[in-house]
Parts: sequence; C-alpha cells; structure tokens
Amino acid sequence: MKVTVIVTLKPTVLDPQGNAIQRNLETAGISGVTDVRQGKYFEVEVSDAVGASERRVLIERLARDVLTNPVIESYRIEWE
Amino acid sequence: MKFGVVVFPGVNCDRDCRDAVTAVTGQPVEFIWHQETSVEGFDALVLPGGFSYGDYLRPGAIARFSPVMAAIGAFARRGGLVIGICNGFQMLTEAGLLPGALLKNAGTKYVCRYLHLRAESSETPFTCAMEKGRLLHMPIGHGDGNYQADRETLGRLEDADRIAFRYVDGDGRATAEANPNGSVSNIAGIVNEGRNVMGMMPHPDRSFDRILGSEDGRLVFQSMIGALSRV
Amino acid sequence: MNAVITDAELEQHGVTRDEYARIVGILGREPNRTELGIFSVMWSEHCSYKSSRVHLRRLPTEGPAVLQGPGENAGIIDIGDGLAVAFKIESHNHPSYIEPFQGAATGVGGILRDIFTMGARPIAAMNSLRFGPLHGDLGGPNRRILEGVVGGIAHYGNCFGVPTVGGEVGFAECYSQNPLVNAFALGVFEKDRIFFGKAAGVGNPVIYVGAKTGRDGIHGATMASAGFGEDAGAKRPNVQIGDPFMEKLLLEACLDAMEKGLVVGIQDMGAAGLTCSSCEMGARAGTGITLELDAVPQRESGMTPYEIMLSESQERMLLVASASRADALFDVFRKWGLDAAQVGEVTGDGLLRVRLSGESVAEVPNGPLADEAPLYERPAVPPSKPRIDGWLPLYSFLDGAPGSTYESFREADANPGAADYDALMLRAVASPNLASRRWIWEQYDHMVQSSTVVGPGSDAAVVRIKGTGKALAMVLDGPSVHVARNPREGARKAVAEACRNLVCSGARPVAATNCLNFGNPEHPEVMWQFGEVVDGLAEACSVFGTPITGGNVSFYNETFREDIYPTPVLGLVGLIEDLSLVTTASFRDEGDAVVLIEPGSRVEHIDLEEERALQNLLATLIRDGLIRSAHDLSEGGLAVAAAESCFSTLHRRPVGARLHVPSRLEVCRDLFGEFPTRVLVSTRQPGALIERAARAGLLGHRLGAVGGQRLVLEYEGVRAVDLDIADLERVWADALPGALNGRPLFD
Repeated sequence: MKVTVIVTLKPTVLDPQGNAIQRNLETAGISGVTDVRQGKYFEVEVSDAVGASERRVLIERLARDVLTNPVIESYRIEWE
Repeated sequence: MKFGVVVFPGVNCDRDCRDAVTAVTGQPVEFIWHQETSVEGFDALVLPGGFSYGDYLRPGAIARFSPVMAAIGAFARRGGLVIGICNGFQMLTEAGLLPGALLKNAGTKYVCRYLHLRAESSETPFTCAMEKGRLLHMPIGHGDGNYQADRETLGRLEDADRIAFRYVDGDGRATAEANPNGSVSNIAGIVNEGRNVMGMMPHPDRSFDRILGSEDGRLVFQSMIGALSRV
Repeated sequence: MNAVITDAELEQHGVTRDEYARIVGILGREPNRTELGIFSVMWSEHCSYKSSRVHLRRLPTEGPAVLQGPGENAGIIDIGDGLAVAFKIESHNHPSYIEPFQGAATGVGGILRDIFTMGARPIAAMNSLRFGPLHGDLGGPNRRILEGVVGGIAHYGNCFGVPTVGGEVGFAECYSQNPLVNAFALGVFEKDRIFFGKAAGVGNPVIYVGAKTGRDGIHGATMASAGFGEDAGAKRPNVQIGDPFMEKLLLEACLDAMEKGLVVGIQDMGAAGLTCSSCEMGARAGTGITLELDAVPQRESGMTPYEIMLSESQERMLLVASASRADALFDVFRKWGLDAAQVGEVTGDGLLRVRLSGESVAEVPNGPLADEAPLYERPAVPPSKPRIDGWLPLYSFLDGAPGSTYESFREADANPGAADYDALMLRAVASPNLASRRWIWEQYDHMVQSSTVVGPGSDAAVVRIKGTGKALAMVLDGPSVHVARNPREGARKAVAEACRNLVCSGARPVAATNCLNFGNPEHPEVMWQFGEVVDGLAEACSVFGTPITGGNVSFYNETFREDIYPTPVLGLVGLIEDLSLVTTASFRDEGDAVVLIEPGSRVEHIDLEEERALQNLLATLIRDGLIRSAHDLSEGGLAVAAAESCFSTLHRRPVGARLHVPSRLEVCRDLFGEFPTRVLVSTRQPGALIERAARAGLLGHRLGAVGGQRLVLEYEGVRAVDLDIADLERVWADALPGALNGRPLFD
C-alpha cells in the first residue's frame, strides 16, 4: 500500500528556499503570493504482507527518525 | 567582438568568465544585469556558473523568468553564440534553449575535481579549435550535473553530432568510473539544433591558465573567436 | 519598565549576583528584563572574553605589516602594491553539535561577513574540524556529525562563491560530544578602503539590511558560554538557518555601496545580534544610538523587544550612512533585491536607546556595556599529572585510531626489531588522522574565483592575487595531542609547524589568527592550560615575527563534565612574492634526489632558534631554485611524509622512491616518530643543498631518489618498507570513505 509523508520546516524556522522563490515570483508574472514554504514529499510503498498496526509503527518510525530532522522539521503522514 | 557575461543574483563565476574571456581572447567583455531587456551590440553571450537565486527551487529554474532571458532567447534564435557553463547550462535547459535536464548528481553530493573530457565534435563554434577526440583536462564543480534526456532526444543528439563533450578517463574511454555525476552516456556538454547554443558542466573558465592546473579551457574560447571571425 | 529580577532569572541569563550589582551601578537603577538580556549577552563569555582577556593581552599583536590588530571584525595586514588582506578564524562549536549542518553553515556565513564587512572581498576559506572517533560506540553519531558539518560548510561556501582551499581534520575521543568547527576566511582589498564598525556622525541614519529578524538563536552567545549536559536536546530551538544566497547578495550590495562611498560605518549582526552591533558601533565612535524596533523587519509576529534585541537571525547587517546619501544607499540595496530599513539614528549622548511604539524599552550607556564587562582572573592550577603521557605524542596520529592500529604501534615501539613495517605503513596511512581527506574536500568548491594555485591536500593552500604576480599562502594548524601533553610546548609547536608549512610552499609568514578552543574556564586546570598556551603562542609568534591580529576564544567545550583537549588552532598567512616560487609537497621527476633536513639531535622538544634556522635555509633554497618539492614532517614522521610526496597529483600518477632512512634512535621511531623541525625535500643539486644545510648548522641526509613504482624504505641495510605505491595510495584514499560507510579497513 502507498503512504505519503510530507515534511515541512517548523513554522518558526527560517525557510530561505521558500523566501527566494516567493520574492522572485513577480519576475514570472505571478503576483499576490505572500508566502511560500518549501518542503519534501515522499511516496512510500509498504508491502501488503505488513499488518495494519505494524505498518503504522513502521511508517511513524520512518517519518520521525529517517525522513525528518526533528531540530527544524515536522512531518505529516497521509494514509490512503 | 564584444562578449557579454550575464549576471543573475547568486551566480558566482561571472568574474571568472570575464577574466577567462579577457585573458584568452583579448576582446572587450561587459556584464549584463539580469533586468536588462536587450542584448543589442553583443556578439557572444556567456551564462556563468553559480547558484542563481540560491538554486533553491531547481537550479536555473527562477533565472529563466528574468527579463534578460527573453532577450537571450531572441539573440539565440537569430544565431547569436550563447555558452552556458555549469549553472548557465542548467538555465539553458530550464529555459528550453537546450533539451534535457540536469538532475542531482548520482552520488547526491557536490563534486569539485579535475577530470578528463573528450571533444566529441569539432563541428560547433565552441569546439572548432579542437580536433574530434581531443582530450581536455578541466575541472567540474556542481551538485546537479546529472544530464538526462529521453531516448528520442538522445537519438537526435547523437545523430546530429550535437554532443560536444563526454566525461572520459585518462585514456579517453567513456567508462562508468569516469562519469562523475551519472549523466546518461557520459554527456558533459551539448549544442542546440542550430549549433549556436552550448551548455557544458565543466569549467573552461577555471582552466585558462597553467598556474590553475590546466589551460585546456582556452580552446573553448579560442573556438568561439575563430567562429565569430569567420562569420 | 520596572520589574523585580529574581535569582532564577539571573541564573537563566548566566549573570552572577556580582555582575548584577555592577549592572545596577552602571545604570544607577535596577535593569528591566530587556536590559538584563542586553547585558547578559554582551557580558557573556563569548562576547566579552571576560575569562580570557587578562591572558590575551600577552599576545604580540603589532608588527610592520599590521594595519589592524584585534578588536575589529577581522585583522588586517599590508601586502604591498597598495593592497591589504583581512583574515580571521572563529569557532562555531556549540551550534555544530546541536545541528551539524546548519551550525557549520552559519559558522562559515559568520566569518565571511566579518571579512566583507571591512570592505574586503573574501577570496579563500578554510576550516579546522575535530570529531570523535568514527569507530566504536559513538562511531555512528560521530559519522553523522562529520557528514552534517562537511555538508553544511559545502552548502554555504559553494553557494556564496568562496573557494574552500584547505584546512585540517582531526579525531580524538574527547570530541565525541563536542565537535570543533573553526572557520577561517580571508579577503583582499585596497588598503585605503578599509571600513570599520563605527557609528560616527550625530544625526546619521542607522540602517538595517538583509534577512528579517526571527526568534532564531536567541541566547546563542550565552549558549556558547555553557557546557552541554543531558539537556542539549532542549537547547535545540536555538538553531539558526543559514541563507548563503542572501549572504551573496549582501556581499555584492555592501561592496557596491562601499565603492560608491555611501557607507560611514558597518557591522554584521552575529552573536548577540542587534544588541552587539549597535552598542559596539556606538562605543567605538563614542556616540549613542536610538533604535526604533517597530522599523526592524520581522519574520514573525508578536516579537518582544527582548526577542528582537537578542535574536541571532543570520545574514543581517547594520550600517550608518550619511544623512544626505541614505537614498542612494537604499537604491543599491533595492538593485540587489534586499530589504533595507532605517531603524534608528546616531545621537551624541552615548546611550543605546531602544524604543517600541514610541515608548522607551531600554536605555543603556554604550561604552560601559561594550567595554566594562567584568574581567576575571580565574584560578589556574596545573593538573596533578599530564593528560597525555608515555609514548603517544611520538605517534600523535594514533589518537582516535581503531584499537588494533594503536596496539600494533605500541608493540612495535616496545619491540621494534620484531615488527612488520609494511603492515604498519598501511595502518598508518589508513588511520583517521592521516587518511586522505579527498572525500571531504571534493564536496567543497575549491576552485571558484579561478585563483587557486595549490588547493586542499598540500602543506599550505596557495591563492594568487589577480592583477599581481604575487600569491598568498595560508594554513591552519592545531596539534591537539601535543598541546594536551604540554600546553606551552604544544602551542610553540603549532606556530612553528604552521610557519614551516608556509615556508615549504614558498611563502614568507606574515601574521596569524587564532581560535582557542578550551574546556570549562571555571576548572582551574583549564585556565592553567589557557595561560600556558597563550605564553607558548606569544613566545613562538615573537620568534617568527608573526603577530596575532585577531581570532576568537571558545570556552565551555565539555560534555558530561569532561573537558576537551586544549585545542588552539593557528591560522597563518604568508606572502609569496612571485608565483614562480610556489612549491608543493609532491615529488616531481624520476631521478630527483631526496634529502631530509633536520637539526643535530632528534628530540621531542622544539628549539625555536633551530626552527628559525631551518625555515630561513629552506626559504633561501627555494628562492635560489634548488628545491623541487618540500614537505613538512609532521604526523606519522618520515615514512608518512615520504608516502605523501609520492602520491598522485593533478599532473602525474603516483611515483615511487627508494630511500635509506638514517638510523638515529631505533627503526619504529626513526620511521614514524614525530619530531619537530624537519623537512623532506627533493632536488637536483643534493651536494650543494647539503653543504648549505651544514653552513646553517643543520644536517642534510641524502636519502635516495624518486623513481619506480614502489616506495622502499631501507633501514640499516634491511628493506623495512617495500610497497607498491599505487596500492598504498589506494588504501590511503579509501580509508575515510570506508570508515564513514561503517566499513573501516582496520578495526
């Protein structure tokens, strides 16, 4: 089954990437955008042999311990 | 003949390109600010390396929206010589002036090192001072130099002799070990259909003086001067 | 405005009761919380040097080439032709432990700002790093710290566009929970165009430019002034994020504005942010500054005056412009897409006045705030026994090496006749302190600006100065095991070795910067180490004529009550008068003779006069064209130096050498032992060279010649080492990547 993990910078952490994109949107002819925050999007495929509760634990661990730097990032899991 | 080096916020090889072109060709070189809407009066344009807009979205992705890019596109369509080096190559692919894309290096890390290139064609304004098969010693310095294109595009590049440089080992073989970034078919540089626009990841602008380790980069700029004076 | 400050709040701010009394004395009243915050950061160890200043005064800081000594953003030296060089080294140890990537990145950002704030364009960067061992229990975390730190340095330096041309990396147990990240940067400019952090001219606008202010890094300076206990994790919200693109824009915009004559004074907002930059600029000019916090560009809403004044958001600058030309200055920043705002005004009363919505929130005199921090002469007591004892300093590279390598050398040293020197040679070049650092420096752009003549991996880095025939050589050196054994002697060796490295590359040493990384200054042994190191540095820098023009002190490098080794890192800068004099460590052509130059006796103790004689000799030999290559003998002794000279270069494959090692002590020590004041050179005129060495009171041994594909080291008629040089190079090259992948060659 497919699970999506979205990792974003914590709200108080500076996002130079998002800022650089937002500041230069006018050159692309796009106005009215006041903020851009850049994050990471992971599509994770889990074997069907893994049971539902085990899958939760495994994906939580993957998101928390591997995909996220807890110092600056938080994550969100989207179960399909 | 007047060369223009286009300056986008965040590029950092603009001065190197100016110094290299000046040292090799002795021709006047001027900076062109990214807000300019015209490149009138220039005979050749250099898009330098660096991290335009921090390369935060994708390398070269924001630079292509700069006002000067439209002028560069028109200049290229008129047959003007445009060379994109490193970040400049990335901008040219993002702007659609060259096919394909430059992805993150296969090793995921930035790589700065000297390596060997093989000139694959002498039939371009950027390589006409080299014989086909000539080995060049030149440095790279990039995190996103992994050139990829679909099979059809690659076929067209091959068939039309549009691959300018390949990464090779010291004996001139295009092996997997000699490929620093995972580029398909060891491609290091290509030209457009009209052969007047070239993108390359290695830096001729860092190898124009023996004291820097190599002067093979001079051949690229000498080729351009040769081509311009034949026009 | 009035509040009662509790003991708990004082402790939280790291302010003692005595210091508090001093604050009350200066203000003539109790401070409010914002004012307490302002005093606490300015009087933190990190900003005020309150424990170290009494010692630092003993360092030599003046010389004919020095244009600016300690006290400004960076030291400045005159290099002739109307040009000057600004350079400095600074630590970012604590942030790099908390978040290795961003900690190291912002360390690079900070030192680069120090250089271009003075008006110099940075043309080279280096870094000195210390990590815990890559093997054993903490191997995993240590590997992650190293990868993060290297990635952060690469990210920032590469994007900014400064070549990272060299540095050093060391491993030892004591750095496991306390890595050291010392960043060095150097810039060049015209010597009559130097800018200072002075808020001159009453009525002039004070202008803020760069990134917006957020809550990041509040109390970074106080954090760097305390050790790490169990709660390092809890300190994490302090992390600052670096934005090298923003910094690159700041660089170009500031240099552009300076060129146009629009800048009266300028200082970057580093540690202690807006507080430090405004009060120091005022104090230097003897002026006051009024700040209107409503005008400060802010990233987050609802920030308090306390937070705005103490924020350590990166990539921000404070400028003073002349009132009539402020508009032109804003135009420059607009061109570069930077936010700039007038946030205040220079006043004549010497006060730092902070206002929010028309109300005063803090009012502190600049002078006492910047200059009257308490001064501590902390107790200093020598430890009952040296931290490092026995034979280890003879083979200092073994510190931080896997146990089996350590044991192999211990046995060989005890019983030299029975050892397998081929095996020891392989272990030596694969040991963490000697293995190739290519995996690290290939991630750094070391060629941007097209001036790198000698990049990472040689004795010293060499960068040409465009528009002249000259070049600058630079090196970082911090022999921590030697310093831990004997702080004063180790410090002398550090200076001597750094100067020797410069001389080997064809340069004349000119001046130094230092980063003094120490443990907890409240431990008397640490203060003793500190005093000893300062005296050692002072003595050696005087002998070599290399004044110290600035630097930084990092205390509280300790975890779980264990202090790190005293780790002074010396940055030396030298001038190469002509590019033809540039010399590297690598052997050149087959048939070149190999000569070892050393003093009459081979002892651990360094004699600075002998060292000076050696360096003078080598400098004249290079000038007279007798030297083909020159390599300082350091970690791993003669055997490792010879191997390094054989390894491949940009221009040739590895080349062998057949050398006879003179027998002085016994085989293990004569091959791998570390003794000061020695260089390995190659030449085509060995006879003349040895004769000139003798005239200088030194020994020149003709060891053999360059050639073949094997490195052969003979000792008393026996081939002690006989290895294919390409195989040896492979082991050396693969060791660090192998260890980082958790697959060490030896464990």
